[in-house]
Amino acid sequence: MPETQKPRTLFDKVWDAHVVERLPDGTCVLYIDRHLVHEVTSPQAFEGLRMAGRAVRRPEATLAVVDHNVPTADRRNGISEPQSRLQVETLEQNVAAFGVPYIPLLDARQGIVHVIGPELGASLPGMTIVCGDSHTATHGALGALAFGIGTSEVEHVLATQTLLQKPAKNMLVRVDGTLGRGVTAKDVVLAVIGRIGTAGGTGHVIEFAGSAIRALDMAGRMTVCNMAIEAGARAGMVAPDETTFAYVRGRPFAPQGAALEQAIAYWRTLPSDAGAAYEKTVALDATEIVPMVTWGTNPEAVVAITGRVPDPAAETDTARRAQMQRMIAYMGLQPGQEMQSVPVDVVFVGSCTNGRIEDIRAVAAVAKGRHVAEGVRALVVPGSGLVKQQAEAEGLDRILREAGFEWREPGCSMCLGMNPDQLAPGQRCASTSNRNFEGRQGPGGRTHLVSPAMAAAAAVTGHLADVREMS
Amino acid sequence: MDAFTKLTAVAAPLPMANVDTDKIIPARFLKTIKRTGLGVHLLDTLRYDESGAERPDFVLNREPYRKAQILIAHENFGCGSSREHAPWALRDFGIRCVIAPDFADIFFNNSFKNGILLIRLPRAVCDTLMGDAGMGGNARLTVDLARQVVVRPNGEEIAFEIDPFRKHLLLNGLDDIGQTLQHAPQIESYETRRRAEKPWLPSIAI
Repeated sequence: MPETQKPRTLFDKVWDAHVVERLPDGTCVLYIDRHLVHEVTSPQAFEGLRMAGRAVRRPEATLAVVDHNVPTADRRNGISEPQSRLQVETLEQNVAAFGVPYIPLLDARQGIVHVIGPELGASLPGMTIVCGDSHTATHGALGALAFGIGTSEVEHVLATQTLLQKPAKNMLVRVDGTLGRGVTAKDVVLAVIGRIGTAGGTGHVIEFAGSAIRALDMAGRMTVCNMAIEAGARAGMVAPDETTFAYVRGRPFAPQGAALEQAIAYWRTLPSDAGAAYEKTVALDATEIVPMVTWGTNPEAVVAITGRVPDPAAETDTARRAQMQRMIAYMGLQPGQEMQSVPVDVVFVGSCTNGRIEDIRAVAAVAKGRHVAEGVRALVVPGSGLVKQQAEAEGLDRILREAGFEWREPGCSMCLGMNPDQLAPGQRCASTSNRNFEGRQGPGGRTHLVSPAMAAAAAVTGHLADVREMS
Repeated sequence: MDAFTKLTAVAAPLPMANVDTDKIIPARFLKTIKRTGLGVHLLDTLRYDESGAERPDFVLNREPYRKAQILIAHENFGCGSSREHAPWALRDFGIRCVIAPDFADIFFNNSFKNGILLIRLPRAVCDTLMGDAGMGGNARLTVDLARQVVVRPNGEEIAFEIDPFRKHLLLNGLDDIGQTLQHAPQIESYETRRRAEKPWLPSIAI
């Protein structure tokens, strides 16, 4: 099936390797290696199977977990909120009825689906990975083709282990050079979205490349790929390399020994060929990227922490000007206001974007010897039970608690406010999550997206602050 | 899935760009295990104030738009979360067709699977249709999928493009799992080949 003559991209290679059949109009029956399932977008899919009398085709290719609406306080006595409890119980009934592997709420391996997939070695390079969640793009950091799907497609994958898809277009985002001190993967991806816009990647899979991407650890690459969807892309990908192989080695579900060496030999063939074509290419200079913060209600409304809220009066396009005015009004800001002057009420550290051990270390490094500012509530929600265990083994929880941070149980939490962790109307939050949409973290809540280190800086100063100025 | 053939209906103008799926249906309404009943929460924060009362100015709270079956919007409609609750909410409200300059990818897929036709037309054309929609009940639009045209109230026809496979499924109300299962032998032979070529691919067992 693959066209072996033409130079191919990483995406082309993974795609070609999974085409079961190409239909006359170009639609492909695409094989799915790994299907991750959670409680919010799956109940209607299992119900559909039940009504049609269908089974799950390959339960052993599937992994289910609860994350979206679970409380992050002590959970040993169960979930008190009745609707959340019903959704979790429904998933438990469904995985039992259909034989799907499931990590229960009180298992140490429970966590955000996009944290645990790579962490457990369930997500591997070269795989096709889907989940009923747009941030499935995260797993692309391994060199997998990973994308979010809706519930109808969840049902489709459960029933057939395939999807009907047309190939996406290729887009290359190169980031070359060395990132400055205090500048992180989160700042890189916010800078990329600021450049290309929230629809800049629509219809495309973005391959992130260049020396600054190569230099990122796997957690950083996951942060970057995670937010490819915020640029509208179907997926983000990074070519697998020695960093990837070292990360995969020893993970519980990953192949071991000779099988792993065989896999690595295959994964080495995946990086894009010299001369492979991309429909779009964007280049950023890593040395010019500084810590970023969003000012508006979509992720492209972003500026440097040293910058100001833009002035709509300077915008010539009337529709764009109206949107800027609406965003500034919603956010309770003033045109021209310095970002560093903006006080915060809440700081949220966590999510599939920034809930990994590396992120928590970055927060603890800033928090150590300091204290959360008066009147600020700061939460740290580990991305998984294993991240939480690791952080506790390193004593990070103690540093954070002593600094006045809340140390919570794993889950999606305040990233989307489906559980009790929500902003009150008008509250302002510096958040390490991925979406600053109106009401995303709670009705009327105001979100500023930042890196973990910047979130910590906001927590201890009480306002948006430049982490580079903290020793 | 219900077939979509031809629709003549009131169109509601929603002149906003980047209407994300959190805006279409906020996360607090996703704790359902059903597909139905979400229409009352469609565009919840735009439709209702903090006390839960309708905002009288909002288009879907005004006649004749309470019965709108077509929605006209600006760029990047449906961006953000993959939640299929967004098209379920649209559908439950009664919307069968959305016209905009472009749509986010996942929302695009999800809508077609729920019998909602999404039509991409240039911004200027959307603005013209937005003007028609603003005339309310006297200015219904007709969407003819078989002929791939939108008919304005003045009779002018505007052609639109659609993927032939999606058109086929929508016109005939076909369930695409049924379509895919026709390829079950090919899926099986792919799986056999894959086991031989990539024996290292792990199975999950908890």
